[in-house]
Order: sequence, then C-alpha cells, then structure tokens
Amino acid sequence: MRYLPQTQKSRDEMLKVVGANSIDDLYVDVPKAAFIDGKANLPDHQGELAVERYLGAYANQNHAAPDGPFFLGAGAYYHHVPATVDYIIQRSEFLTAYTPYQPEIAQGTLQMIFEFQTFIAQLTGQEIANASMYDGATATTEAALMAMRITKRKKIVIGNAIHPDYREVLQSYMWNFDGEVEITDGEPDETTACVIIQSPDFYGAPHKYDSLRKKCDETGALLVVVVTEIVSLGLLPAPVEADIVCGEGQSVGLPMSYGGPYLGFFACREKFVRQMPGRLCGISEDADGKRAFVLTLNTREQHIRRDKATSNICTNQGLCALAFTVHMSLLGEDGFKRLATLNHEAACKTADALTSIDGVELVTENFFNEFTIELPTQSKEVVEVLAAKGIIGGLAADDNKLLVAATEVTTDEDIDAFKAALQEVLSEVLS
Amino acid sequence: MSAESKIVEMMEEDHKPEHDGDRGLHYEENLLWEKEHSDSSGVDLPEPAGLKSRTGVAERGNIGLPQVSEPQALRHFVRMSTWNYSIDHGFFPLGSCTMKHNPRLNEKIARHPKFAHIHPMQPESTVQGALGLIYELQEWLAELTNLPGVCLSPAAGAHGELAGMMTIRRAHEQKGEIKKRKIVLTPDSSHGTNPATAVTCGFEVRNMPTKETGILTVEAFKEALYKTDPDGADVAGMMVTNPNTCGLFEKDIIEIANLLHKAGGYFYMDGANFNALVGKIRPGDFGVDVMHINLHKTFSTPHGGGGPGSGPICCTDELAQFMPVPTVVKIGDMYKLETIEDRPESVGRLKGYQGQFGMHVRALSYMLSHGADGLKRVSEDAVLNANYILRQLEGDYYAPYADQGPCMHEALLTDKHQKEHGVQTLDIAKALIEKGFHPMTVYFPLVLPGTMLIEPTETESKDSLDRFITVMKDIANEAETNENAADHFHSFPHSSPRRRLDEVKAARNPQLRWKPA
Amino acid sequence: MAETKYTEDHEAVYVDGDVAWVGITPYAQEALGDLVFVELPEVGKSLSKGDEFAVVESVKTAAEVYSPVDGEVVEANDNMPDDLELITKSLADGGWIAKIKMSDASQLDGLMDEAAYQDYLKTLD
Repeated sequence: MRYLPQTQKSRDEMLKVVGANSIDDLYVDVPKAAFIDGKANLPDHQGELAVERYLGAYANQNHAAPDGPFFLGAGAYYHHVPATVDYIIQRSEFLTAYTPYQPEIAQGTLQMIFEFQTFIAQLTGQEIANASMYDGATATTEAALMAMRITKRKKIVIGNAIHPDYREVLQSYMWNFDGEVEITDGEPDETTACVIIQSPDFYGAPHKYDSLRKKCDETGALLVVVVTEIVSLGLLPAPVEADIVCGEGQSVGLPMSYGGPYLGFFACREKFVRQMPGRLCGISEDADGKRAFVLTLNTREQHIRRDKATSNICTNQGLCALAFTVHMSLLGEDGFKRLATLNHEAACKTADALTSIDGVELVTENFFNEFTIELPTQSKEVVEVLAAKGIIGGLAADDNKLLVAATEVTTDEDIDAFKAALQEVLSEVLS
Repeated sequence: MSAESKIVEMMEEDHKPEHDGDRGLHYEENLLWEKEHSDSSGVDLPEPAGLKSRTGVAERGNIGLPQVSEPQALRHFVRMSTWNYSIDHGFFPLGSCTMKHNPRLNEKIARHPKFAHIHPMQPESTVQGALGLIYELQEWLAELTNLPGVCLSPAAGAHGELAGMMTIRRAHEQKGEIKKRKIVLTPDSSHGTNPATAVTCGFEVRNMPTKETGILTVEAFKEALYKTDPDGADVAGMMVTNPNTCGLFEKDIIEIANLLHKAGGYFYMDGANFNALVGKIRPGDFGVDVMHINLHKTFSTPHGGGGPGSGPICCTDELAQFMPVPTVVKIGDMYKLETIEDRPESVGRLKGYQGQFGMHVRALSYMLSHGADGLKRVSEDAVLNANYILRQLEGDYYAPYADQGPCMHEALLTDKHQKEHGVQTLDIAKALIEKGFHPMTVYFPLVLPGTMLIEPTETESKDSLDRFITVMKDIANEAETNENAADHFHSFPHSSPRRRLDEVKAARNPQLRWKPA
Repeated sequence: MAETKYTEDHEAVYVDGDVAWVGITPYAQEALGDLVFVELPEVGKSLSKGDEFAVVESVKTAAEVYSPVDGEVVEANDNMPDDLELITKSLADGGWIAKIKMSDASQLDGLMDEAAYQDYLKTLD
C-alpha cells in the first residue's frame, strides 16, 4: 500500500525489538469481542487512478456554478479566487503543519494569523480579531455566548432577518441552558445580553446601526453585527458602532465547496479580549530580541482552563484564514473596494433585468450584491424548473420571494439568459 | 547640515529595508503593512461602470489595507512559509494529533470543479453526487465503528464532542431525566476539550483519577459513578478516550461500560486516538454509545496549521434519532438531506449548511485508497511504531507505564531522570527543534509532571524512527553528562528561524494586530 | 505583628483586626511562573469560605484563588493588574489581592501557621 513505508523485513525486526511474536501481541489489552473478525466489510485498497475515477463519477453528477448561469448566495458566494491563493495554501509548509504550538518553528503560520487578525479588525472597524472560527453561524453563536458572559444576562434579541442556519445554530446551543436562555425578535431591554443584527440582512438589505447603538447604550445590551458577505465591507461603512462583529469570510479566497470548509471571523472591542473565544496571536520577541509572533492569552482556552474555558473550541480554520489573507493581500485597498463595487453593479444590472419582467417586483429597494424579488407564483417551483434548464436562479424563500445574488463572476450573458429563462418559466407556470 | 540634505537622509532612512537578517536560506520578512504601498492592486479587475449606488448607505471610506503587486504578495507568503516545520519536511511525533502523511490525491479530488463550485443550498436534484459521497462516507464510518448513526456536520473534534454530548443530553431529556442527571465522568488524563464540552452542554464534570495505573480502573470508576447516588442515577454519562492519552487501551472498558449503562448513563468516546483502532477494532463492540472521529487525524485531511478539521459523530441506533441535522438519507435512488422537519427529535443544527464537505471528500478519498486491508495495516503499523520507540527509549527516559505491557499508538515518557540534571521536558522539546525535529506533545496528559507523548503514526519508516531514537538518546546522554546541562539546554534552540520566545511579554501587553505607528 | 496564615490551596492570609488580606504564597507563585493577569473581585461581593474570588494567570496556567473565610470583599488591589510584580511582595507590603471583612474570625483557626505550612509543603511533590 503506497502510504505505508514499513516493509515486512522492518516490521519483523521491530517486532523482535519490542519482544512480540506477532502484531496481535501488542493488542493484549483489547477485549476479544472488540476485534473485527478478519477485516472490515469494505472494499480493499485502490490505486490513484481507480479512486479518482470513482470519486469523479460522484462529481460528475453535480451541476456546478461554472456549468451555467449562477445566482445563488444566501451566505455562500461564488467569487473568483486568484491562482496564487491556491498555490500558497497547497505549500507543504502551510498545508501540512500543525497548530503553531512551537513558535520557533511556526512563525510562518503565526505571522499569517497576525496579518489575518489585522485584516479582520480593519475590515470590521473593530479593535481586535481572533484567529478565526468554524463558520459564520458558529461565530454568531459564540458572540451571543460571549455577550452572556460579559453582561451576565440570558436574553438574546434578534434584531432583523438573520440567516436561518445562524438562528438554528444559536437555538441549538442555547438549548443546553435548560430553558434559561430566551431568544426573541425585536429590540433590546434591560435584561438583554445582546441584540444581533445582520447586514446586509438575509434578504440583502444593508442596515444602519445608530439607533440600535443608542438603545444598546440605554439598556446595557451589547450590539452584535453579523456579516455573511464580507466583500460588502468594501462598499458599506464599517460597523464601528458594534461591540462584536462576526460572520462568514468564505467570499474571500474560498470556494463554495458545498458548504465548507469556510471561515468564521470574530472581532470586538479590546476590553473584551479575555472573554473572547478561539485562538489569538500576539507579538513578542525571541531570546535574541527579534520580533516574533506567538499564540497568546491561552489561559482562556480549553487545553488549560478545561471546564472553566471561555469555549470548548480547539481548532480554528487555519488554512482558510491563510487563503483569505493571501487573497486580501493580492486585492489590497483599491482591489478590495473595486471588487465590492463590481459586485454591487452586477446586482444592480441583474435586478433591473429581472424586474423588467411583468409581475416581478423588487422587494429590497437597497442592497449590496444580493436582493429579493417577489414573483407572481411560488418561488420554490420556479427554482426547480430553472435548475432543470441549467440555471441556478437563487434561493426560494417565503412563498413567492426569491433571493438573487450576483458577483464579479456574473456576466451580461448570464443575466440575459436568466431573464429569458425566468420569463419563460413564469409564462409556463402562469398560463 | 542643510535642511535639504537632512530631508535626503531621512528619505534614505525611510527606504532602508526593515530587516537585513537574510542569511543563506534564512529569510526575514516584514508585515504587509510595512511594505511600500503599491499604486495598483495585485488583482486586475475590470473598471466599474459607474452605476449609481443603491446600497442606501454612505460609501465606505479608507480602510487602511496594504497594497502590493502579485509577485510581492507571492514572495511574502513563500518566504514566511520557509519558517514552518511540517509533516512533509520531517518526523512530527506530536502525541494525540496524528501527524501522518497527507496524500495529494485527496487535495486534487477536493478541488474537482464539480465539488469545489457547488453551493450548499442548490436544489438537491443538482447535487446528487455530493449527497451520494456524504452518504457513502457515513456508511464507511458506520462500518468502521459499528455505530450505525452518522452525522458529518461537526466542524472539528471539539465540535463533534459537543454534538455527541448534546445527543446524550437529548436522550436523557426524552426520558424525563435531564434534571437529575447532571454529572459527566471523565478521567484526569482526558483532553481539555472534554470537560469544556461537558460544561458547554450544561453538565458538571467529575474527575476520575488514573495516575497510578495510567488506565481507568473499575474501582475508580465505581467510586465516581456511585459517589453521590447509590445507583449512579445522577450521572448522565462519561467521556473517555480509548486508547487513552497515556497511550494505553482501557482494558476494563467493557465492564465499565456495562456498569455505566446499568446506571442509565451513556458512553461518549473521544475518538482522537482512533488511529490505533481503525480497521481492526470497533468502538461499538466495546460499549461506546456515541463518539466523534477526527477526519484530520485518522483519515489524513491536512492539519493546515490549525484547521480546518472535521469531527463527524457516530452513534448507536438508539441515539441516532437525536443527532444533529442535517444527515443524508437515501430514498429509492435519490439522496436527500434530512432536516429538523424530517427528524424532529434531533438536537438541531450545530453548523451552517452540511459541514466541512471539502474534508469529507478528502477523507473518503483516503479511505478508498487504503481500503479495508490498508486501514487495518494503518492501526498495526501505528501501534508497532509506537512500541518500537517505547522499548528503544525506556532505558533513557522514565516510561511510567512501560512495565505494564505494550502501548497502543503512542508512547508516554517523562523528564523524571533528566530533571535531576536541571533539564526539563520543555528543554528536551527545544533541543529536538535544534536537532531538526518537531517535538512531541509536552506537558500532556496532566496525570504526571513533565510528560512527553510521542505518536509516530504509521507513515514513518524504520529508518525515520531510528534517527529520532538516536537523537533522543543523544539528548538524554547530553543531559546526564554535560556539566552545565541546565544552561546548555536552556539556550536551545539556536538554529531555528526564531529562538525561545518571551511569552510573558506577549500576554502581559497583548498586541493582536498591526497598528499604524 | 499580626500573624500570616496559610491554606492548603496556597492562599496566604494576613489578619488585620476583622479584615483578612488574602494573596498567594511564594510556593504558588513559583508553581505558576510569571503572572500575566489577575482578575480581581468586585468590592461588596459576599463570599463563603471556599468561594472563588479571584483568578491569577501565567502563560501556562490559570489558578482560582479561594476565600479562606466567610465575609465581604471590602477592597481589591487595583494596583496589581498594572504592576503584577506586586504579587511577590509580602501581604502587608502590597502583595494582597483582596481584603475580606470576616463574618466569623474563628474560621482562621483551621488555617496553618508558617511552621505548619512549611511542613505541609514538604509533604507535597
């Protein structure tokens, strides 16, 4: 088997050294009942060619974004990723390293994390950021948990239409509190730990935070801003009013990959640093006085604090954070803002094209790269029929509503094809 | 000095490189923000059309992002990469972490455009291949664990622990016992995530001592189980890693599991050490009710400098209804995502979308490559390699449990002998760095002082193990014979990109981001 | 001069009338290594004997500090977070973390004196 370097000769020599007659002598402590009789009921090993063919057959059953016009977003976006990004993240030194617990031989990963933390802090307009979380949904839940630790309150208020998966994850985690945590929609009061607001919201509308900031100041609740499309921060103002900004960073550097691995980000005010979940990288110096980076404030974490840790999280999304950091450094200030503008313009053009169809209304007057339209019929059926025509036409939501996203990848031809197909589908359905 | 020449000198000062430390192949590299700001982006994007903004809010001002050209960005990260040790460079015996070879085939397949560019909310009819792959991975994991319920959505090991413990919590809730079953038993050798997870799920942690024997004895277990209730009726379950973090198989596990089940508790197994068992021994056959599997350990999805991981859970039929959603089911010829509507008893969703799908692709690619025969060999070679190291080094280092018999896939040593010469585990780790190796896991498990946990994995040759053993013997010898052993060792490492770091400085005044001066 | 008393968890207690000044012993400091953070209690917090009232952190570990007596926090050492070396001073010289007004001074009788604590340390390790 190609991944196993031991030979029969070396195995025999080693068995002699350890004083065993056979390999099974080394498993003396394992009860007989726990052994598989022979080997597992699974196929035997296969070569690269066979595995590639076998899994390629699965791949070929999928309709992927490059296969046709693609307008689906809802928290995961189809963007172009520069070739340099994938080259860097496949370098052995990054791909096959462990968590940088030995900083003398992990400065590459550590400096990258420090740069990632800086990028996130700058984009979100916050003072500090951590080394990343599993995804936007879990980052949002960790934000709520952190707000509960800080305020010692147990009510979470959801301020607008947040991503349904994010809400479900929040609800699942809070179930662990035996009904002591209340999750409600509306506005914060004196018992509220935090109010969570997504911008752009699930339907695509950007939000302002000034009045909510005022209410939070009055009630002592923390303001958590969730961003599911991080490219929006190149065009929309930074949520500087927030106490915590978290969300999903997939749009920069990562493919959609059917939902993961993605990149949760988490930024907040510096005064909350000791209540933060996840890893943090800081600056120090080595014995020669050279600048060096190191994981710091580890005592918040599970491997030291055990049952008193701020979170049970152990890993971050290291390689995804690297992809993000490489893509951001390629874009730079001008590129990132231009990317955001191109996304917005693609959405404007798509919205204009679709709302020129009779009976199609724009629901979200304001938007970034995703908007909601109202169709004259059930959107779920429309999405299915469009898919059968090779067009991924957005996400069906709430009866007749359709969420439509466009990015820098979207072409005028894609928009024309989408419009023509939607027109056709609607006339078929309505006739 | 004239004002003019002073300005020239200041300009020259400004343009002096930040670092001049490059030596041979040792590179220095400053932060992106410390480089000269390029006047154009490293990505050529088309000119926007200049449409009127419809965001309804003000346009963002200056963000302060750095800007460099593509070659500068590429060189920046390539130079930084040279400061990292990786499994591709050499032996990486990090106990409990399973740093094994990461086949590039897995990377290639995960990047197939029809895997990489599919959206998690596409109509199911358009992603049958992805769903089929998830379903097949579920089937493989069920077979390898003999636990038929499988949920792939947890994002990492600790997330899998949470999923598993919530599944147990739901089972108790359904029986109306959640109010009285508040205690989770865990050995003092457990991973820190175990107690942290139990608390996240609203349980209290009760520790079980294992120091004397390295394993959980029936006596210690009974004492903990019946401590506050004669029938153990206040215990929700236990979290045990098997083989445990001392590298030993819990030989009384079936008896312990039976006692726990009799008391109404569930057995959660931390699957971090599944590499010792895979293809040969099935946790479902020694009493486990639910466990997680680290795809990034046993099934070789790359660690990536700290993630992404993937931590699916496997559980009994009884518990399967309570697992998180979504899972994939097959109805006729079609694969379908099972949601909370389909499985209302579920603890619900714990992650956005379907989990770390890219990791699922890599893991299945690895499993298919190995097959049933190869996976069994994985376990056997991993165990043989660890025992070889244990027996070769037990004369040089204190090996607390070596007299009890063989270890499983990792060997536990301590610095007891070296400490007499002022050389501690941390020094040994840093000496290993100096000699070109990544250190083992240090100061874990917490059962004894100065522990060193060595996990060679199955992807090392005898030659590779012998080189490590030689270096470890040299270190032990140096510690014993060098008259200034303490000072000598405290100075390590010398040759790495950085020497020992001042961690106190970093923690007392945390600087967590670049800021303009 | 008032006597310093010790707990098995390595808290040091200096008694000033009905107020206990509580810090940690040199042994505990040695075990922790250089401190990087101390979390102080809120003034006015009422404590039962054995309650956690502060946390001291080094880079490698964090340790809870437990109240040796029932009582109320009357003062927290606000200088300490900015000057962590204070912890190494004697209690009377600023090495205290908090001052606790005792509600039952007889609880001190159960604590060790200097000699007993030194004997106790010999039993460890």
